[in-house]
Amino acid sequence: MSKKTLFDKVWDAHVVDTIENGPQVLYIDKHLIHEVTSPQAFNELEDRGIPVFRPEQIVATADHNTPTQNQDQPIKDELSRKQLEQLSINCEKNNITLYQLGHKYNGIVHVMAPELGFTQPGMTMVCGDSHTSTHGAFGTIAFGIGTSQVAQVFASQCLLLTKPKSLRVSVNGKLKAGVLPKDVILYIISKLGTNSGTGYFCEYAGNVFEEMSMEGRMTVCNMSIEMGARGGMIAPDQTTFDYVEGREFAPKGEDFDKKVAYWKTLPTDEGATFDQEYFLDAADIEPMITYGTNPGMGIKITENIPTEDNASFKKSLEYMNFKAGESLINKPINFVFIGSCTNSRIEDFRVAANYIKGKQKADNVTAWLVPGSKQVEAQIIEEGLKDVFDAAGFELRQPGCSACLAMNDDKIPQGEYCVSTSNRNFEGRQGQGSRTILASPLVAAATAIAGKIIDVTQEIEELELV
Amino acid sequence: MEKFTTLQSRAIPLQIENVDTDQIIPARFLKATDKKGFGDNVFRDWRYKKDGSVNAEFALNNDNYSGTILVAGDNFGCGSSREHAAWALTGYGFKVVVSSFFADIFKGNALNNGLLPVQVSEGFLKELLNTIENNPETEIIVNLDAQIISVENSNVSEAFEIDSYKKTCMINGYDDIDYLLSKKTEIEAFENATSI
Ligand code: SF4
Repeated sequence: MSKKTLFDKVWDAHVVDTIENGPQVLYIDKHLIHEVTSPQAFNELEDRGIPVFRPEQIVATADHNTPTQNQDQPIKDELSRKQLEQLSINCEKNNITLYQLGHKYNGIVHVMAPELGFTQPGMTMVCGDSHTSTHGAFGTIAFGIGTSQVAQVFASQCLLLTKPKSLRVSVNGKLKAGVLPKDVILYIISKLGTNSGTGYFCEYAGNVFEEMSMEGRMTVCNMSIEMGARGGMIAPDQTTFDYVEGREFAPKGEDFDKKVAYWKTLPTDEGATFDQEYFLDAADIEPMITYGTNPGMGIKITENIPTEDNASFKKSLEYMNFKAGESLINKPINFVFIGSCTNSRIEDFRVAANYIKGKQKADNVTAWLVPGSKQVEAQIIEEGLKDVFDAAGFELRQPGCSACLAMNDDKIPQGEYCVSTSNRNFEGRQGQGSRTILASPLVAAATAIAGKIIDVTQEIEELELV
Repeated sequence: MEKFTTLQSRAIPLQIENVDTDQIIPARFLKATDKKGFGDNVFRDWRYKKDGSVNAEFALNNDNYSGTILVAGDNFGCGSSREHAAWALTGYGFKVVVSSFFADIFKGNALNNGLLPVQVSEGFLKELLNTIENNPETEIIVNLDAQIISVENSNVSEAFEIDSYKKTCMINGYDDIDYLLSKKTEIEAFENATSI
């Protein structure tokens, strides 16, 4: 029998049909939708008189365009309000479960779905959002789709796709203190480049990922798209099963046991081959930071910005107002954002709170903490983290995508730097003219306290010596 | 979807690499619930200066250039899955985008909207960009049937790849929904047979 990868196993189990010399018809188990990329798909179906085929396999949330303050009040921005109303109307008409703003299960689509046990190993999942790759942390084939494809899944619960090539990134060894999953993925992207994954589906392997929590694995898989890959996956194991067990939509009792038995067959067979493989050493990774306008432009926080002689690089540095060769240590920073589907889970806020405890936010800094979901928000309060944040002068807001893409009022002003735990540092991503520096929640928290970028590695060493 | 066979047009050169979807259509314009009007805001933050005035230096604002073909630098369309990027480009009037590399999701979105992504070699791209900049009146011919892109009245041309299924769709103006709906029986049989 031929050896199969995790990706092969899940993909092959979902092929309905194959067009000769063409794409395959792939069955989609779960479909997540939100207010921004679904309305035109609903219109399309309505125009063509096609019903939604499997409404029970769809879950909707409001996240991209929602305010992070006063969520109990009507939304002020008229266009945003209309978009959310449209989502409610569409879901109601088509019998789709919607966790509207304020609902206890509301949250960023890639945070709430795993939390509810909607995401399970071995599934195929899609959403009109590129960071759907997040769900790959469960050993799920999960990827972002365009609105035409949202309409296709509505109509048929299937997509026409050509099977991507396979890529494996292995990271083995021991991570240094203070190196978080975010640093691991920023490091990988900085080494491999932003289009190294194009045309591939990526598997992350090695003891570093095996030892990671589900939250950490989600952070890593989340940014697979930032190296061009449609998705990333990590083999399901006991950590995965423990996370899924008991959640709202997870299988229960005997059903669950049966599923686990199946999930255990999914990891890549020994000796299976990949179209491309990379091996990295965990010991080489340090807390990371980006200096440019794509997520591949990352350096260790202690390194200097490299020097490159090409127009794109120069344009990028010009936008950021940084100089080639300089260090970012001691750069004053006025905005810090801890949030987004990359780093807005409870673990991220624990890391931040742990560092912040007993310290005070620098006066020059506006620090926003935006939980990924209502459940995370509740947990932050329950665990007493909110008290830590309040005492230190941080602002805990209500869940949503917020300053990750700045569709709502949470915008970074023109020309300002923001150390952000989100996933994209594109020009203007966090507001027109804003300058984004991607980092882990630890680096973000440290920046907010110092009011400038500091070498957290030093502090961690000192802390550890004590 | 409109049918696409052959197109001859002048082209607009965009000498920028890694053009991401946030540049093609910034997030603040994603609040609409239909597909109309995105063309007005394509490349918004490059077309207009911070004070709202027109940035005359940007290729789309340069009167020398016109046409329905956009020729852009390497790695076009990276970033988000927003199909609004494709709607913004088609809304502005583009029918073809040429680059030496396209991000996966963008490519799919473009094809689903009758916008043809033509991937060429880096060398050819450079030559094309230079040719257009030296003579903005240059006409480019994109022949989908033959899968050839060429510069009129010259021997500059290159073959390009496209998935044969997608090519048939573009030429006939079909989309994937039509095909998938024709597979309902197989899809239901698959559902009944699997317990995943
Ligand atoms: S948090 Fe950011 S990246 Fe994640 S879904 Fe929202 S907008 Fe997209």
